[in-house]
Amino acid sequence: MTVRDVAVEAYREALPALAASLVGGLIAGVVLGGMRAELRAVPGLLVLVPALLATRGNVYGSLGARIATALHQGLIEPHVVGGDERLRAAAIAALANGVLTSTFASIVAFFLLTFLGSRVAPLPILVGIAIVAGLLSGIVLTVVVVTVVFAGYRRGRNPDTIVGPLVTTTGDVFGILFLLIAVRTILAIAGVF
Amino acid sequence: MLPVLLVLTLVEIGSGLILGSFEAELLRYPSLLVLVPVTIGTAGNLGSILAARLSTSFHLGTLSFSPADDELAGNAIATVVLALTVFPIIGVGAWILTALVSGSTALSLEKVVLISSTSGVSLAVLAVFVTFTATYIAYQFGLDPDDVVIPVVTNVCDVLGVVVLFAVSQLLI
Repeated sequence: MTVRDVAVEAYREALPALAASLVGGLIAGVVLGGMRAELRAVPGLLVLVPALLATRGNVYGSLGARIATALHQGLIEPHVVGGDERLRAAAIAALANGVLTSTFASIVAFFLLTFLGSRVAPLPILVGIAIVAGLLSGIVLTVVVVTVVFAGYRRGRNPDTIVGPLVTTTGDVFGILFLLIAVRTILAIAGVF
Repeated sequence: MLPVLLVLTLVEIGSGLILGSFEAELLRYPSLLVLVPVTIGTAGNLGSILAARLSTSFHLGTLSFSPADDELAGNAIATVVLALTVFPIIGVGAWILTALVSGSTALSLEKVVLISSTSGVSLAVLAVFVTFTATYIAYQFGLDPDDVVIPVVTNVCDVLGVVVLFAVSQLLI
C-alpha cells in the first residue's frame, strides 16, 4: 500500500468513531459550561474534572473490552436475564475500581491544592462529590455498556468496535451530568447540617 | 488494574491543576469551558485510534520503525487530516451551543474556531509523536503494545489537551 492508501483507509475508519465522541464531548462541555455557579461554589472541583472523566473511560472501557472478549470466547451469553456470575463479578469489580479511583483523586487534589496554598473546598465535600458521582455514573455506564454491547452482538456486530466510541461518548456525558447532580446533592446536604 | 488506575489518576490530577490555573478565564469565557471535555476527549481518541492501528500493523509484521515507512507516514497524515476535519466543527459547535445556552459568548465565532483548530492540529502532531515514541519504546522492551500503549497515549493526550488549550488561548485571547 502507498502512503496515500494507508492515509485514506485510516481516515475512513476513524471518522465515524471521532464524530460520535465529538457529539458526546460537546454535550458534556455544555453541561460543564452550565456548571459555572457550582465550580465557583466548590473551589478545587475543576481540578478533579479531567481525573474523573478519564476514570470513567479507563474503568468502563476496560469492562467493555472484557465483556467483548468473553462474548468472543463464548464464556458469557448475550442475555442479562438470570444474572451471569462472571458478568456480575466483572461489573462489581469495575464499580469498585471506579469509586475507589474517584475517591483517591479527590483526596490527592485536596492535599495538593492545600499544599500549593490554593483555595479549596473542605475535604468531606470533595470526597462526598467524588463518591456520589463515581457511584451513580458507574451504575448507569455499566448498564449502558452491557446493554449496548449485548444488543450489538446479537445483531451480528463486532463488540470490539462498539466499545471504544460507546464508552468515550457516554462516559463524557454521564461523567459530567452525574458530577453536576453529585455537587448539587452534596451542597444541599452540607447546607442542612 | 487498580495500581495502574491510581498512577493514571495522578497524571490526570496534573492536567487538572493546569486547568485550575486558568479557571478565571474559563469562567469568564464559557465557550472555552465548553471546549475542555471535547478537546481532551478528541485528542485522546486521535492518539488511541493511531495506537490501535500501529499495534495491529506491528502484530501483523507490516510495520518498520523507519521514517520512510508507508504505514507510519500514512497513519501520521491521516491523524493530522482528521484533526483538520473535526476541530473546526468542534469550534463552531461549541460557539453555537454556548450562544444557545448562555445567551452571550464573550468570544467571537472566528476566535473560537481559530482556538479549537489551532489546538486540534497542534494536538494531532503531538499525538503522532507521543504514539510513535510509546510504540517504539514498548517494542524495544519486548512489551505488547496493545496492553501498554493505548492507556499511556490516551492519558498523555488528555494532559496535552489541557496544556495546548491553555497555551493557545493565552496566545490568541
